[in-house]
Amino acid sequence: MIARRVSLLASVGAALVVVACTNSFEIPIETPIRPKLDVAAFQRVLVAGFIAGGTEDVDGNLETTRLLRSQLRTKSELRVIDSDVLPLQDVANEGRNGDSGGGGGAAAPALAPIKEQKDLDAYEHVFANVEYWKRIGEEYQQPLIVTGTVLFTPLQRNQIVQREQEVYDSFGRRRVVPVRTYQERKGFSLDGRFIFIDGRSGATLHSESFNEQILYNANQTTPALSSYFELMDRLIPSFLSTLSSQKIKGTRILLQ
Amino acid sequence: MRTAALLIAVLALAAAPLAADARDDAKKQVEFGISVAQRGLWREAIYRWERATQIDPTYAAAHNNLAIAYEHEGDLAKARAAYEKALELEPGNALIKQNYELFKEINDRTTR
Repeated sequence: MIARRVSLLASVGAALVVVACTNSFEIPIETPIRPKLDVAAFQRVLVAGFIAGGTEDVDGNLETTRLLRSQLRTKSELRVIDSDVLPLQDVANEGRNGDSGGGGGAAAPALAPIKEQKDLDAYEHVFANVEYWKRIGEEYQQPLIVTGTVLFTPLQRNQIVQREQEVYDSFGRRRVVPVRTYQERKGFSLDGRFIFIDGRSGATLHSESFNEQILYNANQTTPALSSYFELMDRLIPSFLSTLSSQKIKGTRILLQ
Repeated sequence: MRTAALLIAVLALAAAPLAADARDDAKKQVEFGISVAQRGLWREAIYRWERATQIDPTYAAAHNNLAIAYEHEGDLAKARAAYEKALELEPGNALIKQNYELFKEINDRTTR
């Protein structure tokens, strides 16, 4: 990504030199980006809730639901339904009890708390429960339903990093030299999936997985919630472009 | 053999002004396209630049401008093809390269 930006900057620089010498005209453009999902059939959207886990410092279900609702309110034409966040983990547990025979039979043991990616697998069945989502859809007048999984986990990595260091020679002249050091870095990883469900049929229309990571120097103290929002910030454009068209402003060079 | 060489030379000489004429005609279309695009009339600009590429398919600037117009209209597949054609014709053109790099950034977002 950084290499790509550097190459882009280099090409912009080279282009600026050429602009001065050729018949060229800078022009502003707005590129419309069509949504990945056709939501014309829906007037309303319900961000139902998420199966969330990882660190206990952030309630992934509550925070993700709240954030996506507020983004959709301002950046989508769909009306956002305000409702209590669905406790999907409980629903998944109940679903398992139902599957195990229910009635007089012994209840299945509660699912393990979600600490890592593989723990989420046991909850996946809830998204395929067409009847459940159809029922939720009927309750909220058949909206588009947004749900999924969110796993926000601490991350620790030891790696070689390059930093600049000031050095002075025997004449007292200052120089900055790159120094490679082994450094402990800490941060967070945000993994999961956004799932879009048709509230009329209960069927999954679209789903997209995501993975974002952020690392800081080990001596830097960054609250988990700040890191969570920083990582979600990176995912929001992609999430929104699934549902609503967007216009990206920029400039290009016309040539004669 | 001699006659054939003479014939080729005559044809080449005759073709040179024709190519120059085609470029002149295409250039007029390109210039008009630029003036209308600057006034926000992108559909008309597309028509002009498409004409220019038909008149002179080797005119890289026309393909570049057409790519920008397609991008503005949200037709990203056509924009990519037009940028790639422009770069094929003028691989060293820094302005076309810059436009294409910026386009790719946006296009990647839609396919991510």
